[in-house]
Amino acid sequence: MTDTMRSHGEPARGPSAAAAAVTTGGANALMRLTDPPMRAVQRLIGAARMPYVFLLPNLVFFGLFVFLPIGINIVFSVTGGTALFPAERPYVGAEHYARLLDCGSYLEAASCREDLFWRGVGNTLTFTVFQMVAMVLFSLITALVLNRPIRGRGFFRAVYFFPVLLSPVVVALIWKWILQRDGLLNAVLTTAGGEKILFFVDPGWAMFWSVFVSVWAHMGFYTLILLAGLQAIPRDVYEAAEMDGTRPWRVFHRITLPLLWPNLLVVLVLVLIRSVQVFDEVFVLTGGGPGTATMMVVQYIYTTAFANQVQNFGLAGAASVLLGVVLFVLTLIQLFLTRRRAS
Amino acid sequence: MTGKLRRLLLARRGGRSWHWTDVASYAYLALGVLLMFGPVLWLALSSFKTPAALLEFPPSLLPMAQSEVSVPGYPQPLPLFRVTMEDGSVRELAQVRRVGILAQMVDPKTPSQTIRVPTDRRTPVRHMALAVENYTDPLTQFDFLRFLRNSLVVTVVATIITLLINSMAAYALSVYEFRGKKLAMLGVIGTLMIPITIILAPVYLVVTKLGFVDSLWAVILPGAATPTGVFLLRQYMLTIPRDLIEAARMDKASEWRIYARIVMPLSMPALAVLAIFSVMWRWNEFLWPLAVLTKTEVHTLPIALNAFQGELQTQWHYLLAMTVVTLLPVALVFAFLQRFITSGIANTGMK
Repeated sequence: MTDTMRSHGEPARGPSAAAAAVTTGGANALMRLTDPPMRAVQRLIGAARMPYVFLLPNLVFFGLFVFLPIGINIVFSVTGGTALFPAERPYVGAEHYARLLDCGSYLEAASCREDLFWRGVGNTLTFTVFQMVAMVLFSLITALVLNRPIRGRGFFRAVYFFPVLLSPVVVALIWKWILQRDGLLNAVLTTAGGEKILFFVDPGWAMFWSVFVSVWAHMGFYTLILLAGLQAIPRDVYEAAEMDGTRPWRVFHRITLPLLWPNLLVVLVLVLIRSVQVFDEVFVLTGGGPGTATMMVVQYIYTTAFANQVQNFGLAGAASVLLGVVLFVLTLIQLFLTRRRAS
Repeated sequence: MTGKLRRLLLARRGGRSWHWTDVASYAYLALGVLLMFGPVLWLALSSFKTPAALLEFPPSLLPMAQSEVSVPGYPQPLPLFRVTMEDGSVRELAQVRRVGILAQMVDPKTPSQTIRVPTDRRTPVRHMALAVENYTDPLTQFDFLRFLRNSLVVTVVATIITLLINSMAAYALSVYEFRGKKLAMLGVIGTLMIPITIILAPVYLVVTKLGFVDSLWAVILPGAATPTGVFLLRQYMLTIPRDLIEAARMDKASEWRIYARIVMPLSMPALAVLAIFSVMWRWNEFLWPLAVLTKTEVHTLPIALNAFQGELQTQWHYLLAMTVVTLLPVALVFAFLQRFITSGIANTGMK
């Protein structure tokens, strides 16, 4: 927690005394309204059972919108038809799973019965590998640079960070505008004597820019985590190395990297979890195209369940369950790593 | 701090002020500023261009428009050109019409006399012009205000609900010992592993059953309970001195009063961090609203933007302006709360 967050006891100060009075007045009125019924509840069930009352709303939300849907998802995945309500759907057993996993060769999407799903898997894998390498590399370099005694560090940190807050749709549109046929980048290219490139018509370029844009949008977040890790490394370790006349590369290799490793690992897993679920930016940027060149697994699920003419909740459910298993394992790894870092 | 370190470094290097790694660092940072700010700046500049200026290739940096003059005898204002005459002099002429490679032009001062000029001898006279109508037209032509309002309603209402129910749960999980506490914690951790991406269709079913389809509640409610928020608040509430709570109990305060009048005010910093997170999540949310909001009246800004850019004849001048408007609140929040946000994220490792 931050320093500001550690200090207790300071009531929220409004912009002016009048506003503060209004706030206090509002809080008082709210208290007069809510306290009697809650007090009655407490008298009825006893103070020891009050935590259940406090937990209830949040758990109802979790139950309705997370746990119940997980169950329904599994039901969806083993039932067929186009009906939304589970009771109206005929049981089909593992048919959807069999359909998804039915492949001549897992290395060749075209040999699969549900080739779109495997194209999505292949694209997501490609995206994930390139994005992980690029994201970790650039956020590490940026964190190392920002950790140096440079002027205006706060400003530069903000520069790299601000895209994190932007809506993925906004991010995608910003870059779409730059990358379009008559966009800024092609203007620069032609001025430099090159030729226009149709970035969204070429599958390779479309994937490149999908990775690039998502690294652009999110690297600030990982830079922050790594920077926090770098700043936690005790300064005297470096001073000792300097006394011994250790070369900078060796310092990085033998001190910085090992001490930063736990943070780096967390970043790696976080990037992995997020890129397996990638959808927003790529979908708005390329629409999954050209063809299916940048169609990711989540887009496949979304399209199968919602955007197709025939809404196939069963197939989408089965694909979701498979993706969920992958994410579950990845998150367990992340929790394990975070806990180890904390201890 | 920076200054001190710098002096320390300079002293070590025996007066040499610039090491090559310093140069490389600043070069990297300068490139970073260009790459990170450039695109947003380009968006902002482009959003003030007229449709004609947007079609130009190569594009001009600033929003420019061709100057026009009203010439007596011509009903419409005429475009102004700078023309190199045959004798080498340069005159500003207005173009009446263009036939092939010849242009009929008039001098605004002597409108009766037309001059024929080859088109390659003239260049348009331009001035900076902000196409403010890109911003004002969508207000009247599309339901832009409605999208803005929808986004605002979703963000504000969802954030209030999130703060309330997450803080209640965090209070229960931090202040009390009770049967099933471990299970409840496990449940919260469990939801951390289930992003909405993998339960789209079933949540859609639940929302349909509850009768929320195509209402803003469909977007507000499913994400209101966040495991991140519960963790963040619980961690903070654990540090509140237990004596305060015991003292209040001695004074016969109800458990609800302790929560509302003691724990909540003391948790303000953590609540503020969660509020900022929640506002960010909600303002930017895309996949779920895309799936559940099919009617245009309930579209939020990101969904409206996406629908708009998917149309066949993308009207980029409007789209760019609306993108700027969508981006603006986030930019303002960031400008004012930058340090708060970055330290909050660095310390929690969440976003």
